[in-house]
Amino acid sequence: GRRPSRGDGDGWQRRLPRDRWVGQKGTLLSAATAPALAPTPRPAPSPCASHPVPGPAPRDPRPAIRASRSSPSAHPGRPQPHPAPRTRAPGGASWARLPARPPARPRREPSPEEAEEERPPRPAPRSRPEDARRGRSLRSRPWPSSRVSLAARPPPPPPAPGPRSRALAVLPADRAPAAPAAPAADQGSWCLCQLNGAADLEVSEADIISTVEFNHTGELLATGDKGGRVVIFQREPESKNAPHSQGEYDVYSTFQSHEPEFDYLKSLEIEEKINKIKWLPQQNAAHSLLSTNDKTIKLWKITERDKRPEGYNLKDEEGKLKDLSTVTSLQVPVLKPMDLMVEVSPRRIFANGHTYHINSISVNSDCETYMSADDLRINLWHLAITDRSFNIVDIKPANMEDLTEVITASEFHPHHCNLFVYSSSKGSLRLCDMRAAALCDKHSKLFEEPEDPSNRSFFSEIISSVSDVKFSHSGRYMLTRDYLTVKVWDLNMEARPIETYQVHDYLRSKLCSLYENDCIFDKFECAWNGSDSVIMTGAYNNFFRMFDRNTKRDVTLEASRESSKPRAVLKPRRVCVGGKRRRDDISVDSLDFTKKILHTAWHPAENIIAIAATNNLYIFQDKVNSDMH
Amino acid sequence: MFARGLKRKCVGHEEDVEGALAGLKTVSSYSLQRQSLLDMSLVKLQLCHMLVEPNLCRSVLIANTVRQIQEEMTQDGTWRAVAPQAAGRAPLDRLVSTEILCRAAWEQEGACPAPGLGDGHTQGPVSDLCPVTSAQAPRHPQSSVWEMDGPRENRGSFHKSLDQIFETLETKNPSCMEELFSDVDSPYYDLDTVLTGMMGGARPGPCEGLEGLAPATPGPSSSCKSDLGELDHVVEILVET
Repeated sequence: GRRPSRGDGDGWQRRLPRDRWVGQKGTLLSAATAPALAPTPRPAPSPCASHPVPGPAPRDPRPAIRASRSSPSAHPGRPQPHPAPRTRAPGGASWARLPARPPARPRREPSPEEAEEERPPRPAPRSRPEDARRGRSLRSRPWPSSRVSLAARPPPPPPAPGPRSRALAVLPADRAPAAPAAPAADQGSWCLCQLNGAADLEVSEADIISTVEFNHTGELLATGDKGGRVVIFQREPESKNAPHSQGEYDVYSTFQSHEPEFDYLKSLEIEEKINKIKWLPQQNAAHSLLSTNDKTIKLWKITERDKRPEGYNLKDEEGKLKDLSTVTSLQVPVLKPMDLMVEVSPRRIFANGHTYHINSISVNSDCETYMSADDLRINLWHLAITDRSFNIVDIKPANMEDLTEVITASEFHPHHCNLFVYSSSKGSLRLCDMRAAALCDKHSKLFEEPEDPSNRSFFSEIISSVSDVKFSHSGRYMLTRDYLTVKVWDLNMEARPIETYQVHDYLRSKLCSLYENDCIFDKFECAWNGSDSVIMTGAYNNFFRMFDRNTKRDVTLEASRESSKPRAVLKPRRVCVGGKRRRDDISVDSLDFTKKILHTAWHPAENIIAIAATNNLYIFQDKVNSDMH
Repeated sequence: MFARGLKRKCVGHEEDVEGALAGLKTVSSYSLQRQSLLDMSLVKLQLCHMLVEPNLCRSVLIANTVRQIQEEMTQDGTWRAVAPQAAGRAPLDRLVSTEILCRAAWEQEGACPAPGLGDGHTQGPVSDLCPVTSAQAPRHPQSSVWEMDGPRENRGSFHKSLDQIFETLETKNPSCMEELFSDVDSPYYDLDTVLTGMMGGARPGPCEGLEGLAPATPGPSSSCKSDLGELDHVVEILVET
């Protein structure tokens, strides 16, 4: 049955940081105090907290929008009526209508150098009105304003053309150029494009990024965090006027995807952490994505609106009902242009499909179905149907005492809509064909590498557990990540992977300590580049690794504020294991195991990567080798 | 918590000096390491009960590690002989007992000695507390602790383990592993409660033996006096109305 939602967080204060539930000026916001802007929302059918329906707010009129709202639809498929705009947020932040043509981007950091300096304390609460209406402030995540923007100041004209100096040319004139790092062409020359996230040492747990995903064109980049929030970035179209602002990702929309829930039956909490986001292929002007926490998957539709009807008969400009005696004539509402606004609404809520924790979702190439996998079962859903799903894999043993293996990740084949793969905690991959049977318990192919007896230890099984599996764009290969390696498998060969790359083999002698501090259970993700020639994965100490499959060269880079000067090419890092130690090497014992790069994403077509380091999002670009080869 | 001074090397990576000495020392250090790994794993398994729904993958991996160690210890012969009544049960029962024992013994800083493992779950604290079970298991040094007025923490931590024992006894189907992975109601205990044995000494359980461990009252006379005083007070209130 349906369980009532818990409302706006009263019971959760013992678990969540206090600042999450306090609105502007220290008042506890709730749906009751937020201004009513639209017809009373009908209760949502699923056990999710229902948001008040906020109206759109006037936003700065840059073509790339900022505003966002989430409005639950009791009847998925029917959009909320568009209410009158322009209300004031409680607490007095008045969002007066901005001029139609802005002279400059209002929220840019003034210059890269200033951004690097000690960040001044943030001004008094700047939560946006729609956040207030939603009943909480957006915590401390200053996405737009703390961004290190590298395109603010027009760069000096490039001194001389040439591949190496190109990296230097974009530095501002009054700044000593960084020592040119001569990157090997095959290692790429990655530079920091953008860094989003708070610079504070104290990280609010709700801001920790838990998933990163580009959409199919690379125009949009979605991130989910532990607090259940999704932030979508949109890439600025390159313009001739400001050539060096090309391809920057600006905040497009922010919305609260999942709320914490309480399972009354088990007396356990259901975390709101976003485990995975997957974009749907775009079929019309709107963008859609699936986001999931441990139990519930939601389909969100992201639309832009740049026109609004004016001239309602029953309501006035403010949305209040008109006194009928004043209505003397009828009029047809007219569409008038307005500031571009992004609206996000939940279109489907796929709930109660999983007993265990969902670890992956994957959209099928038929664009009609998708699958969701938890520890023991995989379900197939139709995107339009929320009240039932088909169970296609079930590895739950009859007697739970016999449980020795769980599902860790799964993915549909990119081209064949009947094929999917799932990985297990014992290091095996199973390719299943849905044409064979309704319940795909019997795999079509089992990919398993025999154990190396010389490396056997009590931890062999744990480190063989596959944490992520990704098909190549071609569909011919699979990439798997276990604790110490990434492996490339050919779908036609089940006996062993065709390539194995050591990510951080120096940890092999530290497995016992890593077991003790639980790091051995960290689930790293892996990624292909668009041409399937380079693979990438994260490691500890905010390091991430790239392996070029053709040249067999690999590189270790670091995602940290200290080592990422804007526009300077990232210097490769090295972990020394006792041999000859170079100057900038870091020893294994100095690695920071709390700084782990679990989530990475690669642009589908270009050499742009998004790296999530705890609460910070780094976007690196290889401008020298911008074309993939 | 597990700040032991032991070297944490895995099998096959031993570089310590002991390896150069007679095989005996190597074997003992290896078995010490293995034992510490076993203890660590059992603690991890137990801890993951307490908080938000435990990560099933992690639990399964840890449990598999424990099984692996258990199997190896059985092969080595360091796993003590099974008590007769436990012989007919599935090998996992040994895991059950291990866990129960280690839960109770947890307060003693993880001293979960190898000899305690492997006996049926009728051994140890259960046998002392629950005469209803037909335990003929050999006396265990630990059992003496339970007999005496042990520290309150031990008793506090008992409750969860005892509840589980009673459950399993009732159902006659020991399935502690199922507890780990089950998706049905599992008792939700505050971490603090168990750690500090806050349950305030022994609650009277359905078992007689437990009452024998009831916390020592300050003294019958003083308690009587306080009771009398309270009684007077209550009577006063009643009479007034």
